[in-house]
Order: sequence, then structure tokens, then C-alpha cells
Amino acid sequence: MAHGSRQNPAAPDAQPEQDAGTTVELVRLRGVSKSYSRGKQRVEVLHHIDLDIPEGDFVALMGPSGSGKTTLLNLIAGLDSPTHGSVSIAGQRIDHLSSGALARWRATHVGFVFQFYNLLPMLSAQKNVELPLLLTRLSAAQRRRHANIALQLVGLAGRASHRPGELSGGQQQRVAIARALVSDPMLLVCDEPTGDLDRQSAEEVLRLLQRLNREYGKTLILVTHDPKAAEHALRTRHLDKGTLVEQG
Amino acid sequence: MFVKYLPLLWAGLMRRKTRTVLTLLSVVAAFTLFGMLDAVRIAFNAPNSVAGINRLIVTSRFSIIQPLPFAYTSRIQAITGVRNLAYAIWFGGVYQDRKNFFPNMAVSVHEYLTIHPELVLPAAQQQAFRHTRTGAIVGKTLVERFGWKIGDKIPLEATIFPKKDGGNIWTFDLVGIFHADRPELQGIERQMLFHYDYVDEGRMQDQGTVGWYIVQVDDPADSDRVALAIDRLFANSAHETKTQSEKDFQRSFVKQIGNIGLIVSIIMGAVFFTLVLLTGNTMMQAIRERIPELAVLKTIGFPNRIVLLLVLSEAIVIMLCGGLGGLMLAHTLLPVMATATSGQLNLPLTLSTWLLGVALMILIGLLIGLPPALRTLRLNVVDALRG
Repeated sequence: MAHGSRQNPAAPDAQPEQDAGTTVELVRLRGVSKSYSRGKQRVEVLHHIDLDIPEGDFVALMGPSGSGKTTLLNLIAGLDSPTHGSVSIAGQRIDHLSSGALARWRATHVGFVFQFYNLLPMLSAQKNVELPLLLTRLSAAQRRRHANIALQLVGLAGRASHRPGELSGGQQQRVAIARALVSDPMLLVCDEPTGDLDRQSAEEVLRLLQRLNREYGKTLILVTHDPKAAEHALRTRHLDKGTLVEQG
Repeated sequence: MFVKYLPLLWAGLMRRKTRTVLTLLSVVAAFTLFGMLDAVRIAFNAPNSVAGINRLIVTSRFSIIQPLPFAYTSRIQAITGVRNLAYAIWFGGVYQDRKNFFPNMAVSVHEYLTIHPELVLPAAQQQAFRHTRTGAIVGKTLVERFGWKIGDKIPLEATIFPKKDGGNIWTFDLVGIFHADRPELQGIERQMLFHYDYVDEGRMQDQGTVGWYIVQVDDPADSDRVALAIDRLFANSAHETKTQSEKDFQRSFVKQIGNIGLIVSIIMGAVFFTLVLLTGNTMMQAIRERIPELAVLKTIGFPNRIVLLLVLSEAIVIMLCGGLGGLMLAHTLLPVMATATSGQLNLPLTLSTWLLGVALMILIGLLIGLPPALRTLRLNVVDALRG
């Protein structure tokens, strides 16, 4: 796996937005609002968010339930589109991409880690990790090799043939992290990755994320309720009622 | 290209093994039935042909229950290429109870035995049959069924031909027991044969008529011409004829029940309609359970068309595995059925049945796979991940 950030200048929608002489912001949100329709009511979940996350950063997004953390994460990860404002990742506007283009973009730029691991129960750890590589032109042998490297990185090379049901919660989450890493994305988004783990497993997972940031230069965004989890990040942003209230 | 997604397909199928196996079994059962019924449909819809046949059956052109004049005998015999001519009538007698059904026919004994060398019985019994006016010969299977023995008197109640004296019971003397000369003809061992003359003279109606003629030709290669010559001879007469092979004649007999092809098609339609409902519901349920997994695939960048293809393939694979299994089972069962019915139901599974079967498997697969596949297309990843 290659380390560090990459840009995707080949993408037709790429619209570089960086100013000359300034640091490259990997994530740049400007005036982002997001509202949903609930019946006849319109609910605004995020209000005019401006957010910059430089490459190689490790940001924790904290806030009470319903504050819009996951919505913000979904917008950054290209799973959802803002109602207003712009979302640029590595200089590329993604808020105007079609759903197909967004899927292709996600496949190469973002790794996802979920609270409940979301592994496919009938596939071995290795096959689960290989999933994102099915979308590449890699051969079966190359996919296997990449998956093994990712599993080594999370300390689970010896459990490659085990199915999720045969692994502990912490181990399953490490497999999920390996799956997120295997296509070498520039950005890892983690939505409550320790929310379903005991303290010790949570600590192991957080240290692993920290290592990915420090040693491999990965940019991480961690959504969490847990202040102890947030301590592992380099910076913390607080959301309250859809607004960023504090710069960490 | 799609090969690399096979583990995903397999994972989907194996997620609930019991459900997959039960679904497969229902598909196997449906296509076994399809294979067997389609063989019947093809057999009954096959065009009539007498090419290469050395025995022809002449019946009324309009219905096999319409009798033909006995007077046709000499005119048919006069046709070039006719070697022997026998005749018969369907007697339809009942032994003790209607449920004891077996074929019983009055035949022109001398000619009938000459034309049917597959009826094997000792020379002495053959002689006794030829010379006993009330004599009857019975197949081995039928004798065993009722525990009859030579010398027994067998009373049959008439259902078609009451006697001149108003009586309804015809009594026959069992003078011979025959068997078939080869295993595939064992079906004839369920028959009972007796004298045409005895019945014709004693019956109240239809005297001087026969049910059908059996023509033995000199050269099987000439049977087409002979058949045509017979039918032309009686064209535009009061009793036009239809000359066909024995196999087609038997088919006509069964067709009296109704339009077999239509009946079979209706049954198959009902079977497949039920199959679509059952498997369609199972597929919907299976996909509903996997919404979070499919959402994850879409989250990590799987395009809609791949997810759609995965769901559709799953349905088609189930149909193909079960369907081909079912057709193979039918392929195995049909010869067993042929043996069990002593060759009377000899229905091979044809290439057209295989091809039609595969087309149906794919079509049903698409039908049952499309609704859940479209559902995955409309799947909102954010909502699905939120649960």
C-alpha cells in the first residue's frame, strides 16, 4: 500500500480550490447546510458549517446525539450531498457528483469504519478485507496479497481464514479497519468505531487508528461520544444543534 | 469479469443454508414435474407418422369409437402391399367391479395371432384358442392379478355391447396364458383377448362392424403409400378411414380423455405460478435481511449495476441449480416409469424440453430477482446504515 495523500486530477468534476502558498486542506467545507424532510416539516440538521481539515490530521467530532455528527461525516465521505454549500476533498468538489460518480470516488478515496463493523458474515476475514479491491483491476493473487498486508497491519494475519462470527468484537473492528485501509484511501472516516466495544478492545482499536495517522500519514475523522476516545485524536471539533461550536 | 464476485454470490446463498436448500428443493420438484409433463406434452403433440412401420391401424377418420363396416376387410386386403389383415373391437367388459379395469378386446383370432408374434403362448393353448368359440387368452400379469388358471370361466359384464337375449354377462373360457416376447412390451400382459365372431354374433347392436383394422404391410418402407391408399379408397364414403401407426392410435385412445397438451400446459402453468410466488417471496425476504450488508457494499463504492447483478444472479443461480437438478431427476425417472409401465409410457426427455427448461429457469430467475434487485437500487445508503 502507498502512504500519504493523493489527488484525483483525472476526475472530470475536479475543481481545485486551494490558494497559492497555503497548506493543502484535504477537507474543505464552506457554508454547508443539510436539511431533511420529515413529513411536511423541514428539519435543518447542519447550519452553515465551515470546516477545514488538513492532510494528515486526526480529528474527533464530538457532540450530543442529534447534533449532526454522523450527517457531517456522511457529507465528507460522499455518502450524502449538502442542501447548500460546498464540500471539497483534496481540491475536488464532490457535492455536485452524481451517485454513480460518488460511488466511484468513494471506492478510491475513502475508507469506512462503522460502529457495528458491518462485515459480511459468510466471508472470511481475508475475503471481507478484499471487498473494496474487487472494484479494482487487481488479480486474485494481488488482492490476496494486499488483504494479507492490511490484516498484518491490524495484527490479524493469523485470523485471515476466520469468519466474523469466530472473532471477538475488537478483532472484527480491526478487520473492518483493514478493509477500510486496503485500497489505500486518503481519508478514513470512523463512525463510533468503539461504541460497541469493551474498554480494552476500544483502546486497542483507538491505538491502531492513532498509529495509522502517525506512522502512515492517514487523515482520520472520528465521530464519537466518548471523550476518552477523542483524546486519541490530534484535534477535537464539537457540534451542537448542527453548528460547530469550538475549535480544538 | 463477474467471476471475482462469485464469493459474494456464494455468501449470499449460504447465509441461510436451510432456506436455500428448501428453496432449491421446491425448484427441483417443480422442474422434475415440468420435465415429465413436457415429455407427455411433446409425445401427445408430435405429428403422426407411419414411415418405417410394418403394422398400421385403420380407424374411422372422425373418431376411434365410430365403428367401420366389416365389409372393408376384402377391399383393404386387395390393396397392393397388404400382407395380413386383422380386426378388433374394444369390448370394455367389467370383471366383478369397475375398479378391476383391464383392456379386453374381441379379435379375429387367426389373423391377430399371426400379425402379433409378440404374444407368446404354447402351441397347444394357441390351438385351443383358435378352435374354442368362447375361448379367451389372458396375459400373464392379469392372470396373476386375479389368480385365474386355465379352464376357469371368466364372466365379464358388458358396458358397451349387451347380448341379443337382453343379458349383460358374457362368459369366456380361459384357454391360454400369454406373455410378451420382450420386456418392453410387458404392458400387453394386462390384456384379455377373445373371439370377434362370438361377440359379433351375440351382441344386440353394431353387428357386422369392427372397431379398427390392423394391417401388416409387406415392406415397412412402403407403409406411407399403403396408408394413403387405404384412406383414399374410402374417401368420401359414409365411413372414411384414418390409417396411422399403433403408437398414434394409442395416443388417440388417451386423447379421448381430453386435450392432453392443454391439460399438461395448464398444470405446468399452475406449478410455475406457485413457484414464482414462493421463491419470489423467499428472495424478497432474503434480500430484506441483507439490506445492511448491501448498504455497506454500496458505501465502499460498489456501483448500482454490480449490486443489481449480484441480486439477479442469486435468483438465477438458484433457479438454474434447482431446475437442472429437477430435469436430471426427470431424465432418471422417465426410463424407470417406462420400465414400470412395461414400455407403455416411454417418454424421453428431448433437447427441446432441456432448452425450454433452461429458458424458463432464466426467465423465472429474472422475474423473482427483479423486485428485490430494484429495491437495492433504490436503497438509500445513509438510511440503511442508520438501520
